[in-house]
Amino acid sequence: MRYIMKKVLSMALTLFVVSICVFFAFSLIPGDPVTRMFGTQATPELIEQYRQKMGLNDPLIVRYFRWFTSFIQGDFGTSYDYKVPVAGMIAEKIPITLTLAIMSFVMMVIISIPIGIYTAKHENGIADHILTVINQIIMAIPPFFSGIIMTFIFGIVFKLFKPGGFVSYTKDFWGFIEYLILPAVAIALPKAAMATKLLRGSVIDEAAKDYTRTAYSRGNTTNGVLYLHVLKNAMIPVITFMGMALADMVAGSIVIEQVFGIPGISRILLTSINNRDYPVVETIIMGIATMVLVINLLVDIIYRIIDPRIEVED
Amino acid sequence: MKKFLSMFKKNKATGKRNTYLIMGTIITGLIVIIVLVGLFYTPYSPTKMDSSAKLQGFSFKHIMGTDHMGRDVFSRVVYGSRITLAIATFTVLIGAGLGTIIGAITGYFGGILDEFTMRVVDAMLAFPSILLSLVFVSLFGTGTYQVAIALGISFVPSFARIVRGEVLRCKNMDYVEVARLQGVSDLRIIFVHILPNITGVLVSTIMIGFNNAVLAEAGLSFLGIGSQPPYASLGNMLSDAQSYLFSRPSYVLGIGATIVLMVLGFSFLSEGMKRWK
Amino acid sequence: MMKKSFERRSLSALLVVLSTLTLTLSGCSSKKAEDSGTVANEQTESASQEDGSQAEDAQAQSSTEDLSKIVVGIPQDIDSMDPHMATSAGSREVLFNVFEGLVKPDSDGNLLPAVASDYTISDDGKVYTFTLRDGVKFHDGSEVTAEDVKYSIERNAGTDGTDPLISAFSNIESVEIADEKTIVMTLKESNTEFLAYMTVAIIPASNTDTEGNPIGTGPYKFVSRSPQENIVLESFDDYWGEKAYIKDVTLKIEANSDSVVMDLEGGSIDMYARVTSNQVSQLSDNFAVYEGTMNLVQALYLNNNVEPFNNELVRQALCYAIDPQTIMDFVSDGKGVEIGSSMFPSFGKYFDASLNDTYNQDIDKAKELLAEAGYPNGFDFTITVPSNYTQHVDTAQVLVEEFKEIGVNATIQEVEWNSWLSDVYTNREFESTVIGVDASTLTAYALLSRFRSDASNNFINFNNADYDAAFDAAVSATDDAEKVEKYKECEKILSESAANVYIQDLPEFVVLNKKFTGYTFYPLYAQDFAKIKPAQ
Repeated sequence: MRYIMKKVLSMALTLFVVSICVFFAFSLIPGDPVTRMFGTQATPELIEQYRQKMGLNDPLIVRYFRWFTSFIQGDFGTSYDYKVPVAGMIAEKIPITLTLAIMSFVMMVIISIPIGIYTAKHENGIADHILTVINQIIMAIPPFFSGIIMTFIFGIVFKLFKPGGFVSYTKDFWGFIEYLILPAVAIALPKAAMATKLLRGSVIDEAAKDYTRTAYSRGNTTNGVLYLHVLKNAMIPVITFMGMALADMVAGSIVIEQVFGIPGISRILLTSINNRDYPVVETIIMGIATMVLVINLLVDIIYRIIDPRIEVED
Repeated sequence: MKKFLSMFKKNKATGKRNTYLIMGTIITGLIVIIVLVGLFYTPYSPTKMDSSAKLQGFSFKHIMGTDHMGRDVFSRVVYGSRITLAIATFTVLIGAGLGTIIGAITGYFGGILDEFTMRVVDAMLAFPSILLSLVFVSLFGTGTYQVAIALGISFVPSFARIVRGEVLRCKNMDYVEVARLQGVSDLRIIFVHILPNITGVLVSTIMIGFNNAVLAEAGLSFLGIGSQPPYASLGNMLSDAQSYLFSRPSYVLGIGATIVLMVLGFSFLSEGMKRWK
Repeated sequence: MMKKSFERRSLSALLVVLSTLTLTLSGCSSKKAEDSGTVANEQTESASQEDGSQAEDAQAQSSTEDLSKIVVGIPQDIDSMDPHMATSAGSREVLFNVFEGLVKPDSDGNLLPAVASDYTISDDGKVYTFTLRDGVKFHDGSEVTAEDVKYSIERNAGTDGTDPLISAFSNIESVEIADEKTIVMTLKESNTEFLAYMTVAIIPASNTDTEGNPIGTGPYKFVSRSPQENIVLESFDDYWGEKAYIKDVTLKIEANSDSVVMDLEGGSIDMYARVTSNQVSQLSDNFAVYEGTMNLVQALYLNNNVEPFNNELVRQALCYAIDPQTIMDFVSDGKGVEIGSSMFPSFGKYFDASLNDTYNQDIDKAKELLAEAGYPNGFDFTITVPSNYTQHVDTAQVLVEEFKEIGVNATIQEVEWNSWLSDVYTNREFESTVIGVDASTLTAYALLSRFRSDASNNFINFNNADYDAAFDAAVSATDDAEKVEKYKECEKILSESAANVYIQDLPEFVVLNKKFTGYTFYPLYAQDFAKIKPAQ
């Protein structure tokens, strides 16, 4: 328990550092929200007037504390671009990105665990060699490239799916899920390849350890040893990886959202950075950081449950 | 060098060759050689436009066809590979260089400095890499050098993490204790005694770094943030080529295949080095 | 023995997993077929409720088509739903359907009465009197009043002490309500072109949420909006003029312009404006391509204040170095209209085609001029281009090659649109840039006022006393022929002093699914959805 308290405290500290970094980093970027608002019709007077109105002329420190105090009170501000509360705007998009991430995660797990175990069991067999090479190749393909190719093959050649035909979950939930299948595959494939590789290596390592041999010598069957002893230990590094992968899937699918035209969190983030819509950028980044840290914490806790002896470093 | 060559021989214990290492060396070597030759000779000028030869398919005259401006795609791929490799090298240099220094020092000394640095590293690692580089690119602006610096900085935390872990592991080993007792200075211990002992881990991480740098650059270029025409990187060219998927799939394939090969080369190398140990 | 059996079992387990996956996938695809079947039924039903003949057509053509609904792809989200705050061309052209001014342009560039039924302009060009049209309703059902008009104009003129949203509106002296149907607007200085600015949107004075609940008088009304996803419009039943044919218009934001062709072919969008000529060549027969021009002045804009572009000879040398036709060949398969000054052909009487020949490509002449200017070995400079405009980036690439011929070494720097706005446009920290400048209203004033030496939007720092004199004379002229003559003089000065390297008015290709027809071009930024109708 003390360990968890310590972790949570250090998490809060990290979040504070993130908030400072994000706020100050974005104030250094050239271009400001007012310039973008008026585009080519801007005049210096008009820009000045609106900067004043939006409080952009106050010193950076003042702006930071104004933002930070309202942020921790749950007020995420109003989008400069859309003039609506950030909270509502993001809440509308979270289900899209989250569904996509969960679908990719599930696919990653169903693909990688059986293949990882199979290739480890049959180390150096033909299937192992073939699958390992396929794995390496999948990892080498940039996800947007596989996305483009998949859209082309399934959307244009076989017409199994309608490119760009995203429907919102509020309108047609199953249509929405169906549209997300290909993007989820595009996200899941490279992660599954990495997880497979990791699991395979980890199972082989564990199987070579003394306790495994001991178990065999006591007359246990291969399957029993594999599932009971080896897997439990072999899963530890894989869980860490999958935790990181989940975080990556929620926040790092920018490119795939772009390829498949999915209006999720990543797209909002990308355009908000381009449009200098700071309240939105800051909220999303803080959200992502919190989520990643929480996932890390959960992974740590799972670690301890699987193997209470583990001294998790720092 | 001799040590390096020995990697290609059959492993005496298992009687097997290190296929990964051989494949990786062949692929990466081939790309490097083509890029080096490209410094002096390419079939066409990579920027020479020809309005009568737009978007041609594969042919003997243009082995990868021509692009939407009638430029020879192969010559551009050679040039683009140079830029991509340069960005990747620069990125890894910054990431590994700064990361090693930061990781080694904080890991060795520990204390408040370590605590603070690790919070910053945690903060940075709390973002998916693409997002982190995106933020840095927004800070530095687009352009070949800027992208390399942005990617490099976003690679620092993971290198720092790995090196710190290794240094922590070595810190209390006997040979370090002995050196300390002999009155060797701390910095000397870090850089002369500890670092050489973790090169194995570092080299393999660096190869993965190249791998990730090429992919990250391609991703950024796809989002429209990357190096600039007329001398585009591979990622940049691929995102241009994407619009011609319908009329000229060959345009996309030539460039896409080059990226895949390049990444594959690095990942084989890294894999091979791991197995060789 | 035991091991072998295990192998077989785990292999079969793998097969089970794989086949389950395949089943899931095929299950989904069969579901899709069912789905589209039901959608089609609903659609024909709703169509038959509206218009029997249309439903018959729809059924005859194909059971999956719904012609009361169109999805239009747009390259980026609207920057504001408040018509007075929306500045980008992409936003204005869409809001054209929702909002109207006292007058409104037609496709030939004439200003027709809209919310006003009639207007008079005094001989000295200072007093404009508008009579409101009877029965013009806002989308919320209320009738347009003189107060709404006064409010809408004053909101832009900044009469409450703030700066005017439209700088030309600082010329407004007063807006008076003469009676409940008559508005009298008085200008400080005479300007007979000011009518073109009265296209400014009329909005209800009572609406406090113009952003979230935009209310106008146009043929389409706002229904809903989801950031970075779509904007939904619906035809307005009480529209005063000719009503729209298509009931539902969905504007879908296409974040990835490279997937436009795929989305058109796949059927997720029916229309897209401004595709490139390369995209056009990839489209199938299901689409009609409408060809027009973008109505903008594409040029290599030179910062006239920096070395070496403060030297007229250098600027002229660059003009001699390039050939607009070559650029068009590379950028848009030879389509596009050459221009020689800051004016494009759709402005009819103001356009002077002879200026296209002020400079014709002449490498020797260009080198001579460079030598004379003191740069016999050429020089280096940077072309800053906003990365989101493919045509401008492509143009810059061709320019770099053309400048090589005269020994001038140009480097391209791509920047984000926002950086472009702040660095190039606002702070004027640049050497040269490729961009297209459009006209916000149908006046020569809108295109030429920026080159007056003291204009706040004179981002190229053009400074020419003759130009200023000619421009002032043109603005104050009340006789139309004189006005045209003076504006043409301005264009000539820009051309002869090589203010910029003028290139072309870019071609515009609009793709429309052949299910629909009736796309109409306007001489300024407008996508008129009300004119689009089912093909049969």
